[in-house]
Amino acid sequence: MADAATLSERGIPGRARHSLLDRLRDGDEIAHLATLLFACAILVIAGLLVLELFRNSGEARHKFGWAFFFTSTWDPVAGQFGALPFIYGTLITSAVALVLSVPLGVGAAIFLSELAPPRVSDALTFIIELLAAVPSVIYGLLAVFALVPLLRDPIQPFLGHTLGFLPLFQGPSYGVGFLAAGIILAIMVVPFIISISRESLLAVPNDQREAALALGATRWESTWHVVVPYARLGIVGSIFLALARALGETMAVTMVIGNTPQIAASLFAPGYTIPAVIANEFTEATSDIHLSALIELGLVLFLLTIVINGFARLMVLATTRRGTTQP
Amino acid sequence: MTQHHWRKLVNGLMFSVTAACALAAVCVLFWILGFLLWNGGSALNFDFFTQLPKPPGELGGGMANAIIGSAQIVLIAAVIGIPIGFLGGIYLAEFGTGAFPFFVRYTADLLNGVPSIVMGIFAYAMVVRPLHQFSALAGGVALSVILIPTTIRTTEQFLRAVPLMLREGALALGASKWKSIATIVVPAAIRGVATGMILGIARIAGESAPLLFTSFGNQYWSRSLSHPTASLPVMIFTYAISPYADWHRQAWAAGLVLLVVMLVLNIGARVVLAPGASHRT
Repeated sequence: MADAATLSERGIPGRARHSLLDRLRDGDEIAHLATLLFACAILVIAGLLVLELFRNSGEARHKFGWAFFFTSTWDPVAGQFGALPFIYGTLITSAVALVLSVPLGVGAAIFLSELAPPRVSDALTFIIELLAAVPSVIYGLLAVFALVPLLRDPIQPFLGHTLGFLPLFQGPSYGVGFLAAGIILAIMVVPFIISISRESLLAVPNDQREAALALGATRWESTWHVVVPYARLGIVGSIFLALARALGETMAVTMVIGNTPQIAASLFAPGYTIPAVIANEFTEATSDIHLSALIELGLVLFLLTIVINGFARLMVLATTRRGTTQP
Repeated sequence: MTQHHWRKLVNGLMFSVTAACALAAVCVLFWILGFLLWNGGSALNFDFFTQLPKPPGELGGGMANAIIGSAQIVLIAAVIGIPIGFLGGIYLAEFGTGAFPFFVRYTADLLNGVPSIVMGIFAYAMVVRPLHQFSALAGGVALSVILIPTTIRTTEQFLRAVPLMLREGALALGASKWKSIATIVVPAAIRGVATGMILGIARIAGESAPLLFTSFGNQYWSRSLSHPTASLPVMIFTYAISPYADWHRQAWAAGLVLLVVMLVLNIGARVVLAPGASHRT
């Protein structure tokens, strides 16, 4: 017995433990409990977040029900709120962003992980990680003063002339609108697609490459037919993570979307997105129902990104075996 | 052309295409830097750092209040977020076993992906509404909610990278578990952990969406932490979408300052503190 007590004081694992007091004396239990408490903060925040979003959007949810998602009148004066134009704008701009960024991002990731010499790859990866850290308001600044003028004059009229038979590229060219927002979003999410896809590709075992090369495949054939299929879940996961980011991106989009709640087939037309309307109207909302409708939009955004992120994390996890189980 | 040549050709072609993709992605940084230096460099002067904003129509003025305001808000966020994230990270890396830590980790990752503007709504409901006032405090709370999940995950990541042998050595010498964590594991990982914290702080320092309706904005010095407070990112937004040319000039200057701070923190943290340690967002 005395033996066990001495061992306990020394904190050797696997020893016999007696009273609570004994266990507390060596401090391990206290440290365990204290850090556990802080880890629980994450769950508390998540719980409060859901609770507050639900509670504060209650008025709008009760008044409009499901019609909130299928009507397109947004009239703060009359107290009528329908979210369809915002949902449409959010989906369209994110779709444009993905169409532009996925080929570029996946191509760059393939180059960085498979084809580039290690030193070149490291240097370029470093720059791409810096790009991911640039604040979105700076992307917005560039979009307003560099991208929009370019779109207004040479690019959109050119697209209208050459591809104008498609409804996507018709109508007057203002510069601001779905296309401008989609392009700046694409630029912003490319770094995420690259860095996560690259990690998934790097996690492919070397035997796979060597086996393909030994069978006589060229470097590209081994990459495209063996390595990329092996890492496909991680790559798809990176695309979903990028999608979640594009859906919730606020500042840059708010600055170039045109702030017009309408549903238009043309990418040249101005529109509106969910984060943009929250950013613009939240402080100006005078009635409770207006604020409640904006918070319901926030709730929609929250649920959308949670679901997409949840799937994406599991996919990345399945390929890299990192993601969530191991940091 | 023989099949062999054709395959070689495809190989070379795809090599160039993917290289062009990577090059295009990298060029964006230089495009951003160049544009900001070109437009912001000429607009930046001593007044920018020392003067209050001038009303529209008057030329000149600066953003001294926004620079200090940003620092205050970020400091509040760090004071709340760093201890919680750090200690939570210790739990995940050192004490957590079984399903519960997995759940915490997964929740942290999901919170990490929640749009920052939603965190703004959260802080609005938690702080602004009860106090009936926009404040630096509310802004700090909004940013801390963004900081906690990233800190908890990076702390865990770097603690886990400490070799098991160091822990076993400490335990074999008779140290209790918390002593081995406090004196051996954390010091061994401190560079990485600090890097993660600095990158997290750099990230929240550039956030503007969650501040729009928490710390709001202010054309003057903020009277206290419980009053509306100007911040650099929000000023850039307001000035960039305004119709005044002189405000645009100042937005460029502020953008340049913000980007330089961001790059210094990022490059400094990665190169000086933890060479080779890569950070995942």
